[in-house]
Amino acid sequence: MTERATLARARGRARDRARGRADASAGLASEAKLPGQWRLGAARGGVEVKTFFRDRMAVAFVFGLPPILLVLLGSIFGHQAAAQGVTVGQLFTAGMIAGGIMSTSFQYLAIGIATERETGWLKRLSGTPMPHSAYFAGKVVQVMVCTVAETALLMAVGMLFYHLRLPTEPARWWTFAWVFVLGAAACSLLGIAASSVPRSAASATPVITLPFTVLQFISGVYVPFVVVPHWMRVIASFFPLKWMAQGMRSVFLPGQAAALEPAGSWEHGRIALVLVAWIAAGLVLCAKTFRWQSRS
Amino acid sequence: MRAQTEVMDNGAAVMVRDLRKSYRDVAAVRGIDLEITRGEVFALLGPNGAGKTTTVEILEGFRHRDQGTVDVLGQDPARAGRAWRARIGIVLQLASAGPELTVLEMVRHFAAFYPRPRPPEEAIDLVGLTAKAQSRVSKLSGGQTRRLDVALGIVGRPELLFLDEPTTGFDPEARRQFWELIRALRGDGTTILLTTHYLDEAEALADRIAVIAAGRIVAEGDPETLGGRAAAAARVSWDAPGGDRATVETSTPTQVITGLAAQFGEEIPGLTVTRPTLEDIYLDLIAAAESGDSRNGDSRNGDSRNGDSRNGDSRNGDSRNEEQP
Repeated sequence: MTERATLARARGRARDRARGRADASAGLASEAKLPGQWRLGAARGGVEVKTFFRDRMAVAFVFGLPPILLVLLGSIFGHQAAAQGVTVGQLFTAGMIAGGIMSTSFQYLAIGIATERETGWLKRLSGTPMPHSAYFAGKVVQVMVCTVAETALLMAVGMLFYHLRLPTEPARWWTFAWVFVLGAAACSLLGIAASSVPRSAASATPVITLPFTVLQFISGVYVPFVVVPHWMRVIASFFPLKWMAQGMRSVFLPGQAAALEPAGSWEHGRIALVLVAWIAAGLVLCAKTFRWQSRS
Repeated sequence: MRAQTEVMDNGAAVMVRDLRKSYRDVAAVRGIDLEITRGEVFALLGPNGAGKTTTVEILEGFRHRDQGTVDVLGQDPARAGRAWRARIGIVLQLASAGPELTVLEMVRHFAAFYPRPRPPEEAIDLVGLTAKAQSRVSKLSGGQTRRLDVALGIVGRPELLFLDEPTTGFDPEARRQFWELIRALRGDGTTILLTTHYLDEAEALADRIAVIAAGRIVAEGDPETLGGRAAAAARVSWDAPGGDRATVETSTPTQVITGLAAQFGEEIPGLTVTRPTLEDIYLDLIAAAESGDSRNGDSRNGDSRNGDSRNGDSRNGDSRNEEQP
């Protein structure tokens, strides 16, 4: 009996304290401001980059595969002259840089976000006061770091083994900059949208990697674009990768190599147009499809 | 607007009126009323597929309702923003521990989301993970991962904490330690909504219990009186002279024993007096709700739910239905 009474008193005290605290927190709410979006975006970016580089499998996959493929393809076909004083090795390097950008943006984001969604990590984050913008800012930081590193790595491999020459004219660097930025942005948005396709964490890698591999074959990454059959070229030209590879060839190959392009020129205007269109379409797709919780 | 001031006045942390939610044709929640007072530990009990998870996820803002009013800390979870999220804590059980961070890094990262967080070391200490603070989360055991889940739920100093089956997979000692943590949090004035399958856990922790079955609240009260427990008949048993066990259900056990004592004239052999346990009450409530459900036939899955209630496989199927958006 006394025990019950003591318990009841203790509960009453707890409730009084709760009310007191609620009053106090109502007063504090204006003082204790929510942490800023930029600060949390930077915090998310730090965690994304840190955890990426701790994940040895991811690092080996993202930074290992494209250079190994470049060395393989370059060693098998590289010293043949394609024409116009261009080696196949140079063609492969330019294409592989475009493929590398898509791999660190599209492929890594699509698999990564699908896994985070299916394991409940996204749900956990969305249950906190973290602003949604901070999550995406973190992904932007992570993609930027990996994409710059991947591109530098592939350029180094090309220069060491396949006579890749860094451009000297500022105009070519300008082309490089906008193809890089627009291409990475378009592929990132496409990757975020594609993350909704896999239905489980286990299926994320095959579901995303299979179409990406096909796209690399038909877009002039694994095979010189001139060799790709016409109907495949038509399919490839609906996607960003073909245009990114073309842009990178215009940066790293001598001017006369433009004659090897199906159009006979680099088509800079069209490249920019297609990539910007994909960015717009990607934004709409992401806004329509992004979910913080698994459907299953 | 009037409801709003009412909520503020009586200090309710959670107020739910006529909550309804269906997944396609299946009614998961069929008109639930709930009121959780600030500072209390409230346990929601019920079999899988009864609508427990759906109800809690609506309160957490993870799911949208079809009908009814929901007020959590003065706001509608379906429309509440970051400031509201900063005042609640959700303990989720995840299939994987998350990215490659140490326990301390993970808790520190989550603390950064809140305006007035606990020191991360304190949150880790409260769940008893201090020895593992420098370990990668992927290297934790199942029970340690559950504790990390709790640390992430309380690091923001929530006014209201949601705990969904928090001690599943705990060994008995870990459960006792966890209970102490819950009592300490309540001592600090935290309101706690707990769902659990363990009736001893609900009895040990909860100020009030609601039992949910087939999408409705079938009983509500404190653990001592839930479902008429206090008024329920006592069961008096003893060894009858023939060697058989005699049992009487009575509301006046003292009278029965006095009579027996006179009859035996000495010690009554093998005498026991028992009241129904919370588990007895719970199982009766669930069984009554389910048979009532199929009699009324007011739910198209009422019959199958009834038939499935003792069948593990179909029960899983049922809870999968509940997860569908």
